[in-house]
Amino acid sequence: MNAPTYAPIRTTSVDQMGLEARADELGSRSIKTSSKRAALHLAVRCIDLTTLEGADTPGKVASLCRKATRPDATNPGIPPVAAVCVYPEMVAHAASAVAGTGVAVASVAGAFPSGLSDLDVRTDDIRCAVADGADEIDIVLNRSAFLSGDLSTVHDEVAASKEACGDAHLKVILETGELGGYEPVRRASMLAMAAGADFIKTSTGKIPKAATPAMALCMAEAIREYAHQTGRAVGFKAAGGIRTSKQAWHYLVLMGETLGPEWLTPDRFRLGASSLLNDILLQLGRLDSGRYGGPDYVTLD
Amino acid sequence: MADPKSDDPTPEFGLDYAPAPESTAVVSLADEYGLFIGGEFVEPRSGRTFDTINPATEERLATVAEGDADDVDRAVAAARTAFEDHWSDTPGSVRARYLYRIARQLQERSREFAVLETMDGGKPIRESRDVDLPLVAAHFFHHAGWADKLEYAFPNRDVAPHGVVGQIVPWNFPLLMAAWKLAPALACGNTVVLKPAETTPLTALLLAEVLRDVDLPPGVVNIVTGAGETGAALVEHRDIDKLAFTGSTGVGKQIQRSAAVRRLPLTLELGGKAANVVFEDAAIDQAVEGVINGIYFNQGHVCCAGSRLLVQESITDDFVERLKARMTRLRVGDPLDKNTDVGAINSAEQLARITALVESGVAEGAVLHQAPCDLPPKGFWFTPSVFTGVQQSQRIAREEIFGPVLAVQTFRTPEEAVEKANNSPYGLSAGVWTEKGSKILWMAERLRAGVIWTNSFNEFDAASPFGGYKESGFGREGGLQGLGAYVRDAEGQA
Repeated sequence: MNAPTYAPIRTTSVDQMGLEARADELGSRSIKTSSKRAALHLAVRCIDLTTLEGADTPGKVASLCRKATRPDATNPGIPPVAAVCVYPEMVAHAASAVAGTGVAVASVAGAFPSGLSDLDVRTDDIRCAVADGADEIDIVLNRSAFLSGDLSTVHDEVAASKEACGDAHLKVILETGELGGYEPVRRASMLAMAAGADFIKTSTGKIPKAATPAMALCMAEAIREYAHQTGRAVGFKAAGGIRTSKQAWHYLVLMGETLGPEWLTPDRFRLGASSLLNDILLQLGRLDSGRYGGPDYVTLD
Repeated sequence: MADPKSDDPTPEFGLDYAPAPESTAVVSLADEYGLFIGGEFVEPRSGRTFDTINPATEERLATVAEGDADDVDRAVAAARTAFEDHWSDTPGSVRARYLYRIARQLQERSREFAVLETMDGGKPIRESRDVDLPLVAAHFFHHAGWADKLEYAFPNRDVAPHGVVGQIVPWNFPLLMAAWKLAPALACGNTVVLKPAETTPLTALLLAEVLRDVDLPPGVVNIVTGAGETGAALVEHRDIDKLAFTGSTGVGKQIQRSAAVRRLPLTLELGGKAANVVFEDAAIDQAVEGVINGIYFNQGHVCCAGSRLLVQESITDDFVERLKARMTRLRVGDPLDKNTDVGAINSAEQLARITALVESGVAEGAVLHQAPCDLPPKGFWFTPSVFTGVQQSQRIAREEIFGPVLAVQTFRTPEEAVEKANNSPYGLSAGVWTEKGSKILWMAERLRAGVIWTNSFNEFDAASPFGGYKESGFGREGGLQGLGAYVRDAEGQA
């Protein structure tokens, strides 16, 4: 038997009541006027605009990429999003569509969303996506190994994926809704970071239990502890079920007040979403004009 | 509206949130308030008045009557008449109906009450809105439920109300403390003379409007505003059947002397110097939040505040570092701003007291750390503070500061934690932070404090008794134990 390669640096306990109370408290922050506008602009810049459907086509991806680079054709003041997020098969199409715009291409490689394929298959998937032009790779944590207690396998797979990424950034999806509570999420967060994750991410969006503010806080506290212990800053991506502007700025508040304002940048914070962008455009339009445009005044891409 | 596209480059989002003030339009204050006696506002016989100000701005809010012994006498007489004439015979189910109505009215007008509480007392609107007012309504609802079930509350006893109850409440939770006292008194069939604190009389006076609106019979609740002299007149009044006081230990001792010679039933809820004990196996990030909440909630103007942090020596450096980092995120300022975490100190007098004790801490050699924050130019403010290197013999470890000042001490073993926690003249509350259930129970058996929170702090519930050991007072408020203070055994009945 091999010696364990993962030994937790130190993982503190998590108290559910206290964690959720603090998340609620941060969720009651009142973001108004100039702060709201600033938050919404930042939120746009942090979006991974995502389409992950079996029915995705080059045409659908082209439409998404246009939206990503120029979210509102009538308002050039709205910045482009951080990245488009697509399946590996769509990476080449996306890469050519966003070339030269500053928008990155992210891809869910590695047998997304279960991750239950042979490791070689998964790392090949990552290498292909990177070769096709992916700048960022979103993999899933091996929940099967994690839940059976085989933390070394989980660690080694993340490390192998990181290696397969080459220069591409690695985001590790914990799929928090399948881990069974806050403490396992905190342990998984520490494990993924120790194995080399550049970002840790809440959810695939493929199961009903998606990101919650308390779960985000749990992961942010792990990131804070890891940064404190190692000096390395790991990013955070919330994904799944984030549809409204208010949710978006509450995630920003939660990150800023937990990790500090230096985490309020696309380099360290992402929102994985599809319909969120249009809600933000509607809110920004309302701030500018005093009127709420309604769903037919933003484009469905 | 200005066109942001032309004059506004992409703004930066940081932690300096734009002001988000709660509107004060919901509150309509009278310029002057009389005493609420016999169901109406009356001019004080004393002829004296005083101004109540907003401690965050030092602006005058209203002029309030200052009752003297004569006024107190009139209020007690009104309460006596109401008790004898009808209230003592009013069925519990009817008393319950009044209490339910009060509770519902308070819920409907909660925004108004919360804003006024914040204006008059300086506490953040987030707290008055999310803590004070929900608890106020909960206390009336809870006790409304008991009013017609006293025989089940006190089985095998034949209980009767005391009669006229004198109640003196403090300025830190003005309406909530009034609710804690009024609700059980009325549920048990007593009538009341209530004296609100000098610096925070307004929500009690607004409550008088509610009492009128729900048609509570005249004289059942009388409200006499004033300062120490007014309170003393109430304490000394010979036609009072029971006294309840929440406030400082010094005043509590005077009251007890006065009550003792008359064998007057008395409950006292006084000061505290609670130990918040953090073990190395605690959920550290939540413990940090709990310690912050324990001491900075309501600017530390909390008798049960966790003002002594006892942290296990093995994690002290790490814990204090996290605590200091967390303090930099506290938002101190305009109490009406919905994002404010720490509001204004209640009065110039209290600010002077806090300042003096902090100066003593520095002089005695403890190390002071303060959150970096800009305090508003007007009003009464104190920067959230932490002392490290605190020794058990220093004043800041022994005396109640009643402000946003935490004293950090260390311990090595659970036995030492208990010894240090209990080594205080006070015994109101304590906190224990560990993920080990057995250690929680071991600690709870040994800590001499009336309330012990585990992995939480400053949680309140109408069904849970609250009160102290030693110089923190005696008697309980809330729950069955609190209710029991407002009944006596009926005499001469078969």
